[in-house]
Amino acid sequence: MDHTTNAHADHAAEARKEIWKVTGILTVLTIIELALGFYMMNVPLDEFSKRNFIKGTIVILMLAKAFYIIAYFMHMKHEVKNLIMTTAVPLTLFIWFIIAFLYEGNSYKNLRNTYDGHFRDRKEIKAPVKEEHEAVKEIKAVEPKPAAE
Amino acid sequence: MTTTTTAPADKLWGGGKSPFNVEYGKLMMWYFLMSDAFTFGAFLISYGTIRFSSVGWPDPNKVFKSYPFAAEHANAPLVFVSIMTFILIVSSVTMVMAVQAGHQMRKKAVVTNLILTIIGGIAFLSCQAWEWHHLFTEGAWWGRNPFPNADGSIASTNFTNYFFTITGFHGFHVFSGVIINIVMLIMTLTNQFEKRGHYLMIEKAGLYWHFVDLVWVFVFTCFYLI
Repeated sequence: MDHTTNAHADHAAEARKEIWKVTGILTVLTIIELALGFYMMNVPLDEFSKRNFIKGTIVILMLAKAFYIIAYFMHMKHEVKNLIMTTAVPLTLFIWFIIAFLYEGNSYKNLRNTYDGHFRDRKEIKAPVKEEHEAVKEIKAVEPKPAAE
Repeated sequence: MTTTTTAPADKLWGGGKSPFNVEYGKLMMWYFLMSDAFTFGAFLISYGTIRFSSVGWPDPNKVFKSYPFAAEHANAPLVFVSIMTFILIVSSVTMVMAVQAGHQMRKKAVVTNLILTIIGGIAFLSCQAWEWHHLFTEGAWWGRNPFPNADGSIASTNFTNYFFTITGFHGFHVFSGVIINIVMLIMTLTNQFEKRGHYLMIEKAGLYWHFVDLVWVFVFTCFYLI
């Protein structure tokens, strides 16, 4: 390995440029995510489709960020295809994991909502005080003697 | 560098060299990170499953809304966590610079960038320690959840259990990453890599550090944003 050639210096300058470009992209993506997060605060809870659309966009941006970190910061893009495949192919299992488990969770909720009265009624029980700080105080006051419940 | 020269595919399997064109340690680091990705993936998917099976879930904007030195009723959602995110991104950038400097055998630049990365890691851990402490004083811990669901109904303890387990596991990774980087710094300062003639070890430590940043991208999105 020799480190003294001109080609190396050129390569280093190019790599440096790439780092700053990727840093910029990651920053912009994070800012967009945060902007969406702030925007979502004002979307009412019962507007499911709108909220889910924003959440979906955030997840896509998250995956884009993951791609840039793996491809450029972790240098995966410059590796041999064999190496990329031995790590990427097993990770495709996640596609199935995510779909299967989230579907399962959702189905469990629906089944309990249909057949389990206790579970269904739970969502009707309001928390004692809406203001968190007050709720905390109440919990703290109750905590020493939980048997009183 | 071995990593940047790409030999024709048929020669890769001809024997006498690694068909992956990287040294053994780096290949094994990739496999370790892959297995670690499955561990974190299992945690996050379990979180998602439970969240999908619950009728309500606390609103993160009402839970994570404070920052150090803020007044008790401060309402600044997403602010503190975005600072934490940027700290981790910046420390990732300095780590790339350290790896780059290592390629060029510039010891001084390696040392500077490693120190900056370690500072970033410690800053992130401090932020997390503050946040955990803050939530603890609000009454949240494993098995205790003072936060109501977004619709105002009583929440189960799933939210806090998952939050503390997953951010704790990630924080532990950051902590070990900082230790690894400190070891790298000591090895650089004692000229170990100069004697070897290459800084490939820093590259492996860098892979681990970027992975920690990568996991935070997912944790940040799953817990704070959506």
